[in-house]
Amino acid sequence: MGEMETAPKPGRDVPPKKDKLQTKRKKPRRYWEEETVPTTDGASPGPPCNKKNRELRPQRPKNAHILKKSRISKKPQVPKKPREWKNPESQRSLSGAQDPFPGPAPVPVEVVQKFCRIDKSRKLPRSKAKTRSRLEVAEAEEEETSIKAARSELLLAEEPGFLEGEDGEDTAKICQADIVEAVDIASAAKHFDLNLRQFGPYRLNYSRTGRHLAFGGRRGHVAALDWVTKKLMCEINVMEAVRDIRFLHSEALLAVAQNRWLHIYDNQGIELHCIRRCDRVTRLEFLPFHFLLATASETGFLTYLDVSVGKIVAALNVRAGRLDVMSQNPYNAVIHLGHSNGTVSLWSPAMKEPLAKILCHRGGVRAVAVDSTGTYMATSGLDHQLKIFDLRGTYQPLSTRTLPHGAGHLAFSQRGLLVAGMGDVVNIWAGQGKASPPSLEQPYLTHRLSGPVHGLQFCPFEDVLGVGHSGGVTSMLVPGAGEPNFDGLESNPYRSRKQRQEWEVKALLEKVPAELICLDPRALAEVDVISLEQGKKERIERLGYDPEAKAPFQPKPKQKGRSSTASLVKRKRKVMDEEHRDKVRQSLQQQQQQQKEAKAKSTGARPSALDRFVR
Amino acid sequence: MFCCFFKARTPLEQEIFNLLHKNKQPVADPLLTPVEKASLQAMSLEEAKMRRAELQRARALQSYYEAKARREKKIKSKKYHKVVKKGKAKKALKEFEQLRKVNPAAALEELEKIEKARMMERMSLKHQNSGKWAKSKAIMAKYDLEARQAMQEQLAKNKELTQKLQVASESEEEEGGTEEKVEELLVPDVVNEVQMNADGPNPWMLRSCTSDTKEAATQEDPEQLPEPEAHEVSESEGEDRPVAEEEILLREFEERRSLRKRSELSQDAEPAGSQETKDSSSQEVLSELRVLSQKLKENDQSRKQKASSEGTIPQVQREEPATEEEEPLLLQRPERVQTLEELEELGKEECFQNKELSRPVLEGQQSERTPNNRPDAPKKKKKEQMIDLQNLLTTQSPSVKSLAVPTIEELEDEEERNQRQMIKEAFAGDDVIRDFLKEKREAVEASKPKDRTWTPWLRVVGGPKAQFLIKAPEGPPRKDKNLPNVIINEKRNIHTAAHQVRVLPYPFTHHWQFERTIQTPIGSTWNTQRAFQKLTTPKVVTKPGHIINPIKAEDVGYRSSSRSDLSVIQRNPKRITTRHKKQLKKSSVD
Repeated sequence: MGEMETAPKPGRDVPPKKDKLQTKRKKPRRYWEEETVPTTDGASPGPPCNKKNRELRPQRPKNAHILKKSRISKKPQVPKKPREWKNPESQRSLSGAQDPFPGPAPVPVEVVQKFCRIDKSRKLPRSKAKTRSRLEVAEAEEEETSIKAARSELLLAEEPGFLEGEDGEDTAKICQADIVEAVDIASAAKHFDLNLRQFGPYRLNYSRTGRHLAFGGRRGHVAALDWVTKKLMCEINVMEAVRDIRFLHSEALLAVAQNRWLHIYDNQGIELHCIRRCDRVTRLEFLPFHFLLATASETGFLTYLDVSVGKIVAALNVRAGRLDVMSQNPYNAVIHLGHSNGTVSLWSPAMKEPLAKILCHRGGVRAVAVDSTGTYMATSGLDHQLKIFDLRGTYQPLSTRTLPHGAGHLAFSQRGLLVAGMGDVVNIWAGQGKASPPSLEQPYLTHRLSGPVHGLQFCPFEDVLGVGHSGGVTSMLVPGAGEPNFDGLESNPYRSRKQRQEWEVKALLEKVPAELICLDPRALAEVDVISLEQGKKERIERLGYDPEAKAPFQPKPKQKGRSSTASLVKRKRKVMDEEHRDKVRQSLQQQQQQQKEAKAKSTGARPSALDRFVR
Repeated sequence: MFCCFFKARTPLEQEIFNLLHKNKQPVADPLLTPVEKASLQAMSLEEAKMRRAELQRARALQSYYEAKARREKKIKSKKYHKVVKKGKAKKALKEFEQLRKVNPAAALEELEKIEKARMMERMSLKHQNSGKWAKSKAIMAKYDLEARQAMQEQLAKNKELTQKLQVASESEEEEGGTEEKVEELLVPDVVNEVQMNADGPNPWMLRSCTSDTKEAATQEDPEQLPEPEAHEVSESEGEDRPVAEEEILLREFEERRSLRKRSELSQDAEPAGSQETKDSSSQEVLSELRVLSQKLKENDQSRKQKASSEGTIPQVQREEPATEEEEPLLLQRPERVQTLEELEELGKEECFQNKELSRPVLEGQQSERTPNNRPDAPKKKKKEQMIDLQNLLTTQSPSVKSLAVPTIEELEDEEERNQRQMIKEAFAGDDVIRDFLKEKREAVEASKPKDRTWTPWLRVVGGPKAQFLIKAPEGPPRKDKNLPNVIINEKRNIHTAAHQVRVLPYPFTHHWQFERTIQTPIGSTWNTQRAFQKLTTPKVVTKPGHIINPIKAEDVGYRSSSRSDLSVIQRNPKRITTRHKKQLKKSSVD
């Protein structure tokens, strides 16, 4: 402290007059700061001492900030804010050089826009001054935080991979061998084939960090390995048909859907649990933020198992026969189930009925996949069609293609690439831009495997696609598939055991309740309007009057005989009539609008001259 | 005296004398004429005085009466006038009854008079709710119960005044009954709907609307007519000419008509309707009402028909007049809206019907193509939803050209495929789309709020069983209203709602305002570390191990005012002065 007191000496040159002006606006003094200058406490603190304190403050937190930053520099999200020079003059005086770019660096508006979450399209009713100030504060906060977030975008230094054909060359013609030849050794090592012909078609699953791979063959072979180093964690044969396999929240736990029941193993291959309430499970899906394992069974039940407490949260009867097509929407944790009648139903553990049902195909649905932003859903059906649906409220197909034999398996990558497994061939389609659906015009890549495809998944944070087929497991390179920047605190592929344990505790603390799963994940930021209205109504009933109602107009008393009863009544009447007129006017306007809308609708629906050609 | 001696000498004088003599004017004694003398003899002075008084009284009475009448006329109280009129009417009725007993012939005349009054009433626009007052009331009617009542009263009055007297024949009576019924039906609707089109009765707009409704009617028809007869078409062609004349006037009309021609509609409804429009100008209000009543009835019938089964031929015959008579009604404002509403309902029903029919339609995509007189063009409009769905699932999508065509020579896979093919063939019969639409319809029906009925437990012994229907309020439109291939569950998610805010905090008056303040997340998951720290700093920061003294103005950044200083000085002047001195010293040292 003593050191610091001496630091801002140049500040003393400031003339006292200015100082006086500033004292009015100065920050409140902390009560513990008094003790630093015990000599000057009293009614009129000496201006220099007070100033000392004031000048000290900007320095102190800055130092602390730098310290903190150094401590948690592992996290890429930490803002790397360019230094904000509060008073450039002092800076110039210290080093002698002038900052050519004073002030904070400008931030691109589009990037800031990405982090803005307040829906400003909605027009608010007129609000009181107090409310308005609150709203302004909220908006200012939002702007500030989004600017900070936009600044920290700078830290996402990695760029996604890509594959570009020489002019006119079709990228689909490029085979894996070419790619492997072209890339560096570390990346080339990510392409491998496991020849496991003995135990039948394989299902596979990558852990959330993308570091570990588990696969299970239909004839009972279950293995988990660190696929980057190829270090085997466990390999067992469960002596039973394996239908699906899935990592739980970390790579230490493994759920295997076996012929009869659902079993959970640890990374040593030791059976931890046998969950008999989930029987004849065909597909597994893990919701990482809710710690829920969703299972779809042959008996037509969709069961949600909370793996953090080991309880079954919900067992929903889907009433659509055998379930063997399932995928999750990573955006809102809704489970999509495909049915034999061509529909895809959306499920949440909070509702006994499906949240939505979409008719997608004329034949049964064979595969469903949802992209990581929750915007697009790809489905393929028995009618040999592959469709991409928009999930943002309309549920209409955006593009449709007929595939020669139809796709049996579908998967989206983190960056929106779509892979379809058709027989022993996988086709990969890429979108035009970042947030665009994959265009089905031209495949981006194709690859032929040694057997028909049985399981597909893109590896998170890697440009790798894992394919399980009857001939084993293939890991193929797909440039531009994975997200290049990972969140080190969330899913760090290079984390140590300690870090994993730390993360596990934090993730458990932040576990989202299962009942919060609904189509709009931001429903929590909304007010329960129905309860609100109900409460209001009940209050009015209880009190016998509406406490929030506008008080009836009471004319002000006037002097010089202008406050006669008649004139009072007249004034009242005037106000009343005016209100009434307003009401009527409003309703008329509404009606006119409705009429207009109706008219517009009718004109829209009017048959055009070309309609006669529509048969 | 002079005249006594006067003798007429000149011929002029003689002539004058002659005249005087002829008129019995006194020539010699000029006091009184013989007439006056006679009158004087006829009435005494007293008598004359009495007569004069009588006359005076009569005049006074008359003036009094006039004044009274004037005063009464000036009275603004409607109630008073009502009472007076009622009294008069009662009196007249009594007199009429008496007259009927005493003098039947005179009574008949009186009856004729009443009938004439009724006719006048019918001819006039009085009490038809078409006046300025009535229109203003109609606008207010939705908000003002009194206005509504007033309008209803007026209509009731009209009914009363135009009611036929009991002498009329039975058939006429029946019609009167229907008319009453019509009005009963009409009253609430008129009250609500005159204001619906507040932009005034624009005949052109009305025209378009009517043609719309006509279209709808034609759309409605093909559903009901199993086989439109060929002669009907020829008839319509014969009637085309008068329509063409009108078309010159109404270009818009023409366009629509030509459109319809192109689309090969059955034109039965339209020409008939156009003829009716000509007539309608001369038609009386009552007849229109009557027509409306018929139409309403027949609509009901048609609805029943739909519900039960396809219409048979006699029903079809019945149907035709209804469509013909639809037109004049539609020119009237209130009725128009009503029919539009009906239209919507019909449309809804039709949709359902379409859905039910979807199966035949589906397979009958080819049958539609076959040259059939069946007018399917209008159906299409309503059916758009259906077709959309059809398109959605059956459009031929371009197939993907893949370099690597999957080999399916593998035995296992082929087996699987064969099996799949078999399954597909086995289930080719049942239609996915129809099932889905059915399911959706059921879901929509289930989510609709239901009307409730209740029977009061108090009722008159032997009386009719009273039942009340409480109509459920119409909910907001479904989210999947325009999405044929989607069923979105409208049920409230109570589990999620339990986590939501249900009370608005203080300064907010609308939930949108509050939502805005909670839309930005404050957790470190969504924010950078600095932003997170800033968003979550506590308002009050304390530090352990330090005494928190009471706050002073100086702590917050304000200088203490001179006055407070003064008070402090007054309290303990000595200490302060020493302190001041010290400080002064210090500052001087500094």
